[in-house]
Amino acid sequence: MSESKPKDNFSVSRRFFLKSFGTSAAVAATVQVEAVAAELEKANSEKVYGPGTVPITLQVNGKPLKLNVEPRVTLLEALRNHSNLTGAKEVCDRGTCGACTVLLDDKPVYSCSKLAIDSQGSKITTVEGLAKDGKLTPVQQAFIDQDALMCGFCTPGFIMSVTALLKQNPRPTADQVKHACSGNLCRCGTYPRVLQAAMKAAGAPVANKTEVISYAKLA
Amino acid sequence: MPSWPEKREYIGSHAKRIDAPAKVTGAAKYASDVQPEGWLYGMIYRSKWPKAKIVKIDLEKAKAVPGIKAAVFAPRFDQPDQTSRYYGEELAGVAGTTKQGCLDALRVIQVEVKEMPFVVREEDAKEDTSPRVWDDQPNLSKPRLKENGEFDKAFSECDAVVEGFYTTPVQLHHPLESHGNTISAGGEEITAWASTQHVVGVRSDLAGHLNVPQSKVHAICEFMGGGFGSKFGLGAEGGIAARLSQEAKAPVKLMLTRFDEALAVGNRPSSFQKIKLGAKSDGKLHAFELDSYGTAGYGSGGASGGGSASPDFPAPYIYKVPNTRVKQSTVVVNAGVARAFRAPGHPTASFGMESIMDEMAVKLNMDPVELRIKNDPSEVRRKEYALGAEKFGWKQKYKAPGSSSGPIKTGVGCAGATWGGGGRGTKAEAQVNPDGSFEIRCCTQDLGTGSKTVIALIAADLLGIKPEQITVKVGDTHYPPSGGSGGSTTTASVAPAIYDVCTKALAELQKQSGVEDARGDKWAGACKKLGLTPITVNGQWQEGLSSSGAGGVQFAEVEVDTETGFTKVKKITCVQDGGLIVSKLTCESQVNGGILMGIGYALYEERVMDKTSGVVLNPNFETYKLLGLSDAPEIEVVFLDMPERGVIGIGEPVTIPTAAAVANAVANALGVRVNSLPITPQRVLDAIGKLKNIVPAAAA
Repeated sequence: MSESKPKDNFSVSRRFFLKSFGTSAAVAATVQVEAVAAELEKANSEKVYGPGTVPITLQVNGKPLKLNVEPRVTLLEALRNHSNLTGAKEVCDRGTCGACTVLLDDKPVYSCSKLAIDSQGSKITTVEGLAKDGKLTPVQQAFIDQDALMCGFCTPGFIMSVTALLKQNPRPTADQVKHACSGNLCRCGTYPRVLQAAMKAAGAPVANKTEVISYAKLA
Repeated sequence: MPSWPEKREYIGSHAKRIDAPAKVTGAAKYASDVQPEGWLYGMIYRSKWPKAKIVKIDLEKAKAVPGIKAAVFAPRFDQPDQTSRYYGEELAGVAGTTKQGCLDALRVIQVEVKEMPFVVREEDAKEDTSPRVWDDQPNLSKPRLKENGEFDKAFSECDAVVEGFYTTPVQLHHPLESHGNTISAGGEEITAWASTQHVVGVRSDLAGHLNVPQSKVHAICEFMGGGFGSKFGLGAEGGIAARLSQEAKAPVKLMLTRFDEALAVGNRPSSFQKIKLGAKSDGKLHAFELDSYGTAGYGSGGASGGGSASPDFPAPYIYKVPNTRVKQSTVVVNAGVARAFRAPGHPTASFGMESIMDEMAVKLNMDPVELRIKNDPSEVRRKEYALGAEKFGWKQKYKAPGSSSGPIKTGVGCAGATWGGGGRGTKAEAQVNPDGSFEIRCCTQDLGTGSKTVIALIAADLLGIKPEQITVKVGDTHYPPSGGSGGSTTTASVAPAIYDVCTKALAELQKQSGVEDARGDKWAGACKKLGLTPITVNGQWQEGLSSSGAGGVQFAEVEVDTETGFTKVKKITCVQDGGLIVSKLTCESQVNGGILMGIGYALYEERVMDKTSGVVLNPNFETYKLLGLSDAPEIEVVFLDMPERGVIGIGEPVTIPTAAAVANAVANALGVRVNSLPITPQRVLDAIGKLKNIVPAAAA
C-alpha cells in the first residue's frame, strides 16, 4: 500500500535537513544544533491546531466537504462519523485489514491511519465516488459478475485496491493482483473470486471450474 | 405434497447476487453505518484483570468529560463486590458525541478492585493446585463417559493399534463487522439496527432486557458483515447500548473494537485429544478410545449471552466402530466464553479422527482413501471419495510418507465430513402489485450467504418472471418471522416458505384476474387487471421441499519447506452433496469460504493467552493471522446433484474436513506428523527435529 506524500512542512523540512547535512559528520555536529533550533522555532511559530475542533475542507468524490473536527480525527472517522460516506469500513482501525481503503490522489491509503486534517488538499475518492451517473466501473461490475463478495464488508476496500492497481497498471498479472490486495483481509473467503474479478476487469479471460455431477448417474 | 418445479431456469443457475450492486457501491447500510438523527458514539469499559472482585466503579469523572451524554454500568456491576472472571469482561459503558470523547471518558473511569489468582491455560487449569475459576467447583469437570460394544477386550482382538495425542487451539470468529448495534431506546418506540444472525432474537432479547413489550421493539438488519456463529442474541454490548440510549435519550451506536472481538464475543473451544484406534488386518476398524478435554472459557459451554458451545465433539466422528469408549471433559479458564462457530465441534472432531486414520493407514500400509472407503458408513461419501480421488489425481499424487525429494516436500491428504442442515418454521408474505412488481417480505437475515438471492431465484422460477422484477425484503421484525441463521438451516427453512407464498400469490392472482396461467408472458397483463388494489398473501414452511444431512470429502495438496517450516496449500478438491442447489453462484462462494476458513484453522489461527498477565496476547490482525489472497490455493469444487432431496444447506459442512486434509497432507509430505493445529513453521521444524538445538521443545 503506497503512502501518500506528507503535506505538513515539518516532515518535509526535516527530510531536506537530513539530506543537506548528512554528508559531513564534523560539520553536522555544530550545524545540527543550530538547524534543529531553527526548525523548532519555525514549527512553533506555525499555528497550533486543537485540542478543540478546527474547520477543514476535504475534496471528496469531486466535491468539497466542509467539516469541523478535532485534529486527532482520522480521515476514516471524518468520512463515516462526521459525514455520511460509510462505504469505507472500520474493521481494525490500525492499518492491518484494508477495509477502510480510499484513494488519495489515486493512490490507495488506509483512511484509518491518516488524519483528516492532513488529507486536505488531496483528491479523495471513496467507493461511493466510483460509479458515475449510476454507471458502475468495470471493477465494480466484475465484482458482481464473479461474485467477489459475500457479506460485503471488505468489498469497498478490495474494490479501491483493485481500482488503484488498474489505474497504474491496466494489464496486471495474477501475482500483481495478489500483491496489490495483500493489504486487504476478507473473513468470508472471497479471495479466489476477487482475483478473478480483478483479472476480468483487466480484460483477461476467466474460467469457472465448478462441476455439477448427477448423483443418480454415478456408478 | 409440494415439489420443486422440474424445469428450472433460475434455481440452480449462476444468476447474480441481487444485493451485490449495493455492496460494490457502498450503498449497503450495515448496523455500523446507520446514522439516526442525533446519534451518539458508544464504548465499553472492560475489566483489566483476569479475575478480580470489582469493589466499586466510579463513573462520575467520565460523565464530566466534554461531550459525554451517558455512562452506565454493565448488568450485575451496578452492585458492589461482583467478581469479574476474565480480562475483557464488560463493566460499564459510555456514550458521547465523538469517539475521542468516549476514549477520554474511558480513561477516567475509576475502579476499586481486589485482584484474585487466575489461570488461563488449559493444561495449567486442570491441575488441582491451580487457582479455581469458580470457588465451588474444580476447573476440570467430571468426564462424560459413553461406551459401546465390548470395549474392554476389543483392543486385544485388533491386529493393528495406533495411538496419538492431538490438540486444536481456541479459534476466534473475527467477523469483519464487529459485534454491535445502533439502538434508539430514548422514547416510546425502541429501534435496534443490529449486526445479527437472528433479528427476531434481538427483538425478544432487547424487550426482555428493557422490560418492555416485544410489540414496542423494532429490530432491523438489512446487511450484516459476517457472524460465523457468534452473533445470536443481543449480547452484553447490546444491553449496554440500550441502557446508554435510555439515559442519553438519543440513539447510541456501539460497535466493538477489534481488540474487544478477541476478548468477549465467543470463540471455538480448544481440544486436547488422546486417541487410540484399533483395526483388523483387513483395515476394518474394531476399537476406538478417546479421552479429551478442552475449554469453552470461564463458562461450561452452556448458554451464555449470545450463544453457547461445548468443548465436546462427536467421536469417532463419521466412522462406525463397534467397540468404543469416549470420555470428554470441560476445563474452565479465566477467558471469554465460547460460542457456536461454523460447524461447532466438527472441525475439531475431524482433525483428531482423520489424523489417527492416516496413522492407521501407515501402520497397515494401506492407501488412506482405501481405508476410508472401507470404513465409512455413508454410501454418498464413499462415492465422493472415489469421484474426488479421480478428479484430484490421488493415485498419481499419493506417495509413501516423507518420500518426496529435496528441501521442499510435497504431500497429499484427505478427510470427510457430515452435517445436518435442514430447517423449518419460516413465514413470509408476498405482495403482487398492479404494475407487475412483486415483493417478498420475510424476517430472515442475509449474512452474506445469499439468502436474498435464493428468495428471488425461487420466486422468479415459480412465477416465470425475472429476478430483477422481484423486491426481496429481509431483516426486519415488521415482516413475518424466521429463525436464526445457524446450523446451515437458513435456505432449508426459508426456501419452502417462499415456495408456499409464491404458489399462493400466483393462485390468487389467477383467481382475481381470471387469467388461467398468469406466469411468464401473461404476468404483467394479469397484474394490470387488479386495478388499484395489490394482492397480499401469507405463506409458511412446507414439508417435502427440504431435508437434512450433507456429506462431503476434501483432498489437499501441500508443499512444506523443510528449511523454513512454511506450509503452502497448493490445491483443494471438494466433493460435496448439498441436495437441490438453489443459487449455484453464492453456493460456490460459500464453499470457497468454508475451505479458506479451514485452511486458516489448519495453518494460522490461534488465540494465545499469556500465563503471567492473563491477557489475550494477539487481539488484532498483526498477530492473529488470517489467511490472505496470496495464501488461497487453487480450489476445485464438484457438487453432487441430488435435487430429489430438496434444499439442505451447505455453509458449515464445507469447512469441516479442510484442516484435517491439510494436516494429513503435511504428515504425508514430512513423514512425521504435526499433532497440533495450527501447523506453524515452528511446529513443522520441531516435528522434523530441526529445533532441538535452538529452542526448548516446550516452547513449540
